[in-house]
Amino acid sequence: MLEIKNLHASVEGKEILKGINLEVHVGEVHAIMGPNGSGKSTLASVLAGSNTFEVTKGSIHYLGENLTELPPEDRARKGIFLGFQYPVEIPGVSMVNFMKTALNEQRKFKNLEPVSASDFLKLMREKKEIVEITSSLTNRSVNEGFSGGEKKKNEIFQMAILEPKLAILDETDSGLDIDALRIVAKGVNKLRNKDNATIIITHYQRLLEYIVPDFVHVMYKGNIVKSSGKDLALELEEKGYDWLKE
Amino acid sequence: MNLEQGKILDQVTSNEYKYGFYTDIEIDSLPKGLNEEIIRMISEKKKEPKFMLEFRLKAYRHWKTMKMPTWAHLQLPEINYQDIIYYAAPKSITKYQNLDEVDPELLATFEKLGIPLGEQKHLTGVAVDAVMDSTSVKTTFRETLAELGIIFCSFSDAVKEHPDLVKKYMGSVVPYTDNYFAALNSAVFSDGSFCYIPKGVRCPMELSTYFRINAFNTGQFERTLIIADDESYVSYLEGCTAPKRDENQLHAAIVEIVTHESAEVKYSTVQNWYPGDKEGKGGIYNFVTKRGICKGNNSKISWTQVETGSAITWKYPSCILKGDNSVGEFYSVAVTNNHQQADTGTKMLHIGKNSRSTIISKGISAGKSQNSYRGLVKVLKTADNVRNYTQCDSLLLGDQCGAHTFPYLEIDNESAIIEHEATTSKIGEDQIFYCNQRGIDTENAIGLIINGYAKEVLNKLPMEFAVEARKLLEISLEGSVG
Repeated sequence: MLEIKNLHASVEGKEILKGINLEVHVGEVHAIMGPNGSGKSTLASVLAGSNTFEVTKGSIHYLGENLTELPPEDRARKGIFLGFQYPVEIPGVSMVNFMKTALNEQRKFKNLEPVSASDFLKLMREKKEIVEITSSLTNRSVNEGFSGGEKKKNEIFQMAILEPKLAILDETDSGLDIDALRIVAKGVNKLRNKDNATIIITHYQRLLEYIVPDFVHVMYKGNIVKSSGKDLALELEEKGYDWLKE
Repeated sequence: MNLEQGKILDQVTSNEYKYGFYTDIEIDSLPKGLNEEIIRMISEKKKEPKFMLEFRLKAYRHWKTMKMPTWAHLQLPEINYQDIIYYAAPKSITKYQNLDEVDPELLATFEKLGIPLGEQKHLTGVAVDAVMDSTSVKTTFRETLAELGIIFCSFSDAVKEHPDLVKKYMGSVVPYTDNYFAALNSAVFSDGSFCYIPKGVRCPMELSTYFRINAFNTGQFERTLIIADDESYVSYLEGCTAPKRDENQLHAAIVEIVTHESAEVKYSTVQNWYPGDKEGKGGIYNFVTKRGICKGNNSKISWTQVETGSAITWKYPSCILKGDNSVGEFYSVAVTNNHQQADTGTKMLHIGKNSRSTIISKGISAGKSQNSYRGLVKVLKTADNVRNYTQCDSLLLGDQCGAHTFPYLEIDNESAIIEHEATTSKIGEDQIFYCNQRGIDTENAIGLIINGYAKEVLNKLPMEFAVEARKLLEISLEGSVG
């Protein structure tokens, strides 16, 4: 599904990603771990098509198509979803309006009719349960005045509505208390199936107790330095990241 | 702002003005130029009573002593007042009683503008006075309204049919001596709308005036006068468009509102005059004096405006809060794009005790435009316990436009509580990327963010108008950001 080859990316001339190689197949969950500043979030942004970063070398193939020239909205419409580490606030734009616009844009891309208002509200009700989000939250403006935990839940809620093929969750666990963490993890697990894939970016092993990955990769200084099964996460928890520097 | 976005920003294109067509109908117009002779001819054409001619001449003589003001934050070109036609009317209009008599070309024009003049087509319950160039073409629902004692007609008809009301109120809120353009308007105004709501009547439908400039080289000078008697209520809408022309055209109107005890008037404008092309050629100069007086205790005037058109907008819909406990409100969204300029805001003059005012101004600047908020809150010695809340926000799209705020406070009573908040922001790249990542392209993302930004004001508009206004905001900014 996703094939990243020798990916280099930089911001303002400074190279952050230095030759990433990664393959993700449908039905898999990959965890990317690593110390702060190792380039994890940059990788997530580059996959989503942020123009803050410039891809200088290498390729990203998604469902057989080279992504590097594709604008972010088209990547999204093709089923790539990024759960943001810091979801932005959009004052005055209600969650309902925002999600309806997003869903209909994605449907238009697939030559589908827009959803009717009543169908959409039904869909929202259904999906709200997955992340145990309250009604009042969806009536408010996008992320405006949301607590850290609410913002993260809201990301998973959006993911539930858009049903992406490839979800990239960037530090979705950071700043969550244990209850919120459980809810978010439950949501992710519910949405997981044999036709989609998930990349979880995290600093701590904690989240991986709830979402069991098939593979764990360790990033350090812009590269993936170690890949292994889920036990690697436990090893990291025990040893920390210091051994990487040796 | 990165390079990519900067590039797209420059492509200020596809800003298509939908109403730029011209209707080819026979026009009865006076020669260019302004002098006493022209004014006499206008008055004669309109078969006006003598008091009107005298009013006009007094105004004209006063205007001649005045100079065009220059204090606004605007690049104002010289206007040659002798090069303007002051009266142009679709020919043979003697005010249609019956729709069948209306020139089909005219009907088609208003139909095209989305203003059907056939009453049977009106499902929304909006009564319309349609004004083309210097004349009111048709006022709908006159009879229905008359049954409630509501007078809704063209200004010309009011002069003839209700001279006492006109004499009593015309110029009582905006005297001809008020300012340069008010004097000019008072001298040459040709038509407009008149509305009187009698005591205790709540007007059952929205009243609206639709202004259309059609003829060449013509200035549009209309007057609107709204009087709400004790305990009455009316919601009033005003819309306007003009054909695309390379020349600038002058629109200098006056709107006067009077509310008596416990009466309320809600006045909403969606101003969409032709803004000129993207190089800044052509467009309407919109220099309008709008003012209301809350004469009676517990009365209320509320201005809501969505300003997207005009090459230059220069106006301050204001409230004189004379009655005790009276309320003045001003909600505004002003959008400027390309080379448009706007210097707009409000004045709240607190005279009555416990009078309150709210000002919410949202400026949006794009392209190379300049957008200024200018507002005065004045509290007189007599006015105890006044409250004012002002919020003025500016949103910048790109880095070649300007947003300016000029708040003036003159407070002569210590019991007043005045709050002022101002913000300036840019649409964040991170906001756009967030929308992009959900599958919303940049154009739509901007529309979404802008509408969210202006929501507080748009929510004040009557329903049908709000939908129009939302679309208009998006169209006005189309192609302005990447």
